[in-house]
Formats: sequence, C-alpha cells, structure tokens
Amino acid sequence: MAKVTAENVIEVRDVWKSFKSVQAVRGVSMSVPRGKFIALVGPNGAGKTTLVEMIENIRRPDNGEIRILGKKWKGNEEELRRTIGISLQQTYFIDKLTVYETLRLFASFFDLDRERVEEIINLTGLDEKRKSYVINLSGGQRQRLALGIALINHPAILLLDEPTTGLDPNARYEIWNILKSYRKTSEASMILTTHYMEEAETLCDYIILMDQGKILREGTLQQLLEDDKGEKVIEFTVENSLIPPDIDKPGLPFKITRDQEGQKAWVTIKDFDEQMPLFLTYIKSEGLSIKHLECRKKTLDDLFISLTGRRIDG
Amino acid sequence: MVKRIKPYQLWQLTSATAKELLREPGVIFWGIVFPVLMALGLGLAFTKKAVTVRKIAVVAPERTEGFSVSHLPFHEFLDKYGKKNTVASTEDYMWRVDIRDDKLGDYEFLFYEMDRNTAVMLLKRGTVSIIIDDTSGETEYHFDPLNSDAHLTYLKISGLAASVRGKAETDYQSEDEVRPLTLSGTRYIDFLIPGLITMGIMMSCMWGISYTIIEKRSKKLLRRMVATPMRKSHFLIALITVRVTLNFIESFVLFLFAFLVFDVRIQGSLPALIIIFLAGNIAFAGIAVFVSSHTSNTEVGNGLINFVVMPMMVLSGIFFSYHNFPDWSIPVIQKLPLTMLTDGVRSIFNEGAGFSLIAMPSLVLAFTGVIFFAAGLKIFKWY
Repeated sequence: MAKVTAENVIEVRDVWKSFKSVQAVRGVSMSVPRGKFIALVGPNGAGKTTLVEMIENIRRPDNGEIRILGKKWKGNEEELRRTIGISLQQTYFIDKLTVYETLRLFASFFDLDRERVEEIINLTGLDEKRKSYVINLSGGQRQRLALGIALINHPAILLLDEPTTGLDPNARYEIWNILKSYRKTSEASMILTTHYMEEAETLCDYIILMDQGKILREGTLQQLLEDDKGEKVIEFTVENSLIPPDIDKPGLPFKITRDQEGQKAWVTIKDFDEQMPLFLTYIKSEGLSIKHLECRKKTLDDLFISLTGRRIDG
Repeated sequence: MVKRIKPYQLWQLTSATAKELLREPGVIFWGIVFPVLMALGLGLAFTKKAVTVRKIAVVAPERTEGFSVSHLPFHEFLDKYGKKNTVASTEDYMWRVDIRDDKLGDYEFLFYEMDRNTAVMLLKRGTVSIIIDDTSGETEYHFDPLNSDAHLTYLKISGLAASVRGKAETDYQSEDEVRPLTLSGTRYIDFLIPGLITMGIMMSCMWGISYTIIEKRSKKLLRRMVATPMRKSHFLIALITVRVTLNFIESFVLFLFAFLVFDVRIQGSLPALIIIFLAGNIAFAGIAVFVSSHTSNTEVGNGLINFVVMPMMVLSGIFFSYHNFPDWSIPVIQKLPLTMLTDGVRSIFNEGAGFSLIAMPSLVLAFTGVIFFAAGLKIFKWY
C-alpha cells in the first residue's frame, strides 16, 4: 500500500468478510490519503461492493478494522454519516416524488435547506427535471440524482459504487464532469468502484485492482502499467477461423490470452525484435494465418488479463 | 448524543410519505371508494327485503271425468286463492300465491303440479323445497324439517291455507303479532359498518406499513436513507402517522356514507370511540412493524401479512358473528386484536357503550402494539 500517513482519511486493515459459503473479502488493507480519488477496479464478484459497504458501515466486517478520519464507526455514526457522501450500486428512490422533493427530503436528513437543494440541482444539471417524478427519469438522470444526493452534505469523503454502470457514454461523461467540478470546489477524497478502466483512468489518482476478494495490484496508472517494463501488447485475429482454446502452450516465450469465443487474442511481448518473429512462426505452425494485428499501449485491461487470464468486464 | 426530535426532518419525511401514497391513484380507490362500495353492496343485499320466491310441488290428482276439487283441500285453496297461470305449459307454474308484507318482505309462492316421483326428484335437487299432496283428501306437507327455509315456507303456506279455509279471506295476516326489529343498532348494516371500519384499520396498517417497509428494503432505499444521519425513529413515525391519518379519513368517509344512506349512528361516546380507534391503530401499526422487521422479499412479506390478516378476517366477526363458532373457540377468538377492536367499536356504535366498556380492550390493544413495535425495532433490518 501507499505510504500510510496521518493524512489518510480512510484506513482499512486486514478486513475479512464472508457470506454463507462465499469469502467475499479476504484480508484487504488499503488507505485513502486526503484529497485523493481512488478507484477500486475488478470484475463482478471481486468483492468491491462488499468492501465499500463495510467502509460505509452498511455491513460489518468479520475481522479487521476500518477507520474513517481516524475514528471507528462504533460510537461515531452520527458524525461520520455527516462527513461521507455515498451512492449505492443500485438505489431506487421514491417513484412518485419529484427530483426537487427527493433532494429536499435528503437535505432535511442533514439539516440543510432549499439553498443547498438549488446548488445540487445546478451542479447535476437537473433543473429542467426538477418537477419530474423520479420514475420518469432516464437512467443517466437517475444516476445524476443519486450523485446529487451523495454530494448534498458537502462530503469530505465520497464512496461511490459503480456510479456509471449501465449508462451510455454521454451520460457517463456527465457524471464524470460533475465529479470533476465537485473536486475543484472541495478537498474531497473518494473511493469509486468501477469495471470501466477508462473511468478509473480519467477520474482517479490511484488504482486498486481487485479480484476474488483480494487486492491484485495497486498504484498510479503509470506505476501499474510500467510494472512489467517494456511489455507490449499485440492484439490479433486470425483468418477464417476462431482461435483455439489451447493456443497458449506451456514453454512458449510469450503468453497468449484469448477472449471467450476465440474471436480475438492478445500476446504480451517483452522483446519485440526477438519475440515477434517467434510468435509469427508459432502462429503459422499452428495452421493459423493472421488477419489483423495491432500493437498498442498496455492498458489496465491488459494488465488484468495478464494477471488473471480473464477480462474485467467479461 | 441525545436523540432529539427534528421537526423539519420529520415533516419532510411525513410529507414525502403522504405524497408517495396520495399520488398512487389506486390508494384512494382501494382505501376509500372500495370500502364504501362494499358497505353499499352488503348493506343492500342484507338489509333491503327483496321479494322471496319459493317453488312448491303439488302432486297432481287423476283428472278423470267429472273431476272436481271438492275433495282435494289444497287444490280447492289454490283454485280459490291462487292466481291461475293463464299461459300454463307443463314446465310453468300453475298457481301463484303472493303474500304482501311491508314489514317482513313480500313472498311469492309458485305451485307446480306434477306426479309424485318427479316431485321427489325435484326436492332432492333442491328445485322445490316442499311437496304438497292432497290426493288422499288430507293436505300432507313433505319437506326436510332440518331445512329451515322449507320449514318457513311450510308455516307460511299452511297458515295461509288454514286461515283461508277458516276465516275471511283477507284476515290471514296476523299483523299485530309481528314487530320487526328495525330499531337503529339491530340491523345487519349496523353490525357491518363497525366491522368494515376495523377491518379497514387492520388491512391498511398491515399492507400499508408492512409492505412499504419491505418494498423500501428490497429496493435498497431503506439502506440509502439510513446511510444518512436520518433518525430511524422519524422514518417509522412518519410512516405510521400518515397511515393513521389515512385510516381516520377512510373510516370517517365510510361512516359518513353509512350515516347518510343507511342512517347508521354512533350511539355511544365519541371520545371513547376515538380512543379505541387509536388503540387499534397502535396495535396494528406495531404488529405491522414487527412483521416487516426482517424480510426484504416481497413474496415472503405477502405470506407473513396474510398469515396475520387471514385468521382474523375469518374469525373476528367482521361480516358475521363469531358466536356461531364452537364454544371452546370463542374465548380464543375474543382475544384476537381485531375481535377486541371490532367488539369495542361495535358496542360504541350499537349499544351506546362508553369509556368503562372499552377501557380494558383499548389498553390491551395499545400495549400489544407497543410490545410488537419494540420487539420489531429490536430485530429491525435496516440494511
């Protein structure tokens, strides 16, 4: 983990949580420095939501310790609830309440008045929809409302669980812009879970890759991608057939990963000059001929695939 | 930290809950219009005396030449008193006898002539309730003595036949002997309206409060709300306040309707009625919170609510008196919350009861509510 300083607003130490037969979180430790945006990235079932819900005190860890602003939840609930802003993975609000009324209701929980409601309506761009019932909002508008509610109490800490899942790119950009502009006017820190790499790359300073209840890798985007120095990713498709499942054979000097259907595969290559000809020969010897080949900068997706053999959103 | 009441937050919660409820058009219909329609339907069906029509089989005599009814007493009666059906076919009735009675309702007896075997068959099928046979020269009535309806028909007809034979034709009705009870408080509608009101309270609390909580939990709205500094108690107080207010309006509309249409009156103490009404609301609100304290599955919730509601619907004497149930079960039935509430409200409506009679049930109801509420809150799942 990054340097643990007194400036950490969230501290998670060796936290475990299991449900019946599933070990959802297995010994996770992490911290969030003040003013930093952290992304928790991983596929469904990686334990991101459980971890965030434990930080939100919606679930209790079986083991381990969580501190927010140096304080435990027990005995500080009221104070901490005022400090954090959260958005759950899925929330339905009251269907037949208008946007304005919903915000008024949540503002009242924090003893805030109309003025703050107006600010949130402006920030989230929901002015035109202020009199619409929640049930009549589009997915993007609903997520903006959820985000508005998360921001209503000027939270110093934001905990957002997949705020853009299921949204189209435009709606996603809108959410990102709201978060960026909130960041400008506050010193907020944030944990955001997502399985969109782009979201983590755009919004966050620090990325934690999670899989099967554990932290796989963490660091800044640069640190993560430079982890394996000089590695390049080559994505390829083949002519007239699918890529067979046993394409990656033990003993090869490079690692080949294919997608589930075998439409596409990736090969990670350390030394281009030496390994590239070997790769091409190997493909030919397998009776395949390359249709399309693309060499590109390594992304978080590639890193995840090289670590787990699976895609994040797959 | 001392938990103080926050009027603004409580007001916002209450107003949001009320808006949520009132913006659902079904709420007004099922909560207010439907009970009124039910009262109207049941009230009319059981209060207004329609014409009672009964079919009677008469064993046909052999109609030989020179046939006369002189030795057939019942045929003689029918010929004299009954209206002969002019378009008579074999399937149609042959005579009709009407008894007009403003107090007890009109009767219309239709007499069919047929052979004995057919008559017995129709009796078995329940098409006719009595077979009358005067072929021997004496009038014989055949019917099941355990069938009270047949018994009544027998009494009416035999009385009528006797009076026609013995006295002047118009003197068959002994009007001075019958005093129908039409006093306020003794009619079926007087019995029904308090029952409909208390049933409304139970249903509205159980479905309204329980279902709202379970649904909000299943949609994770509950968890979103308690992830703020919202006072949990405020949420429940708002929910219960809105429900009780709605119950009050529902009951008032139902009563007003019954008063205007059927002249149903509250004969006892109004303050006492308000007290037991509130106690009943507390009881069912408490039970509702308890029932919905744990599950987030609406199907399970459905079952739980039915489990509570159904036995009381059937047993507590809402539509018909529970005194027809076996003796051993009566003391048990009387301890059900809905029975306690219904008996109390009914005694105020119809028997002119006051505080003394409803003090105990009110106390028990309120106590029940508080116990269930407290227990429910202890195990309440907010997340």
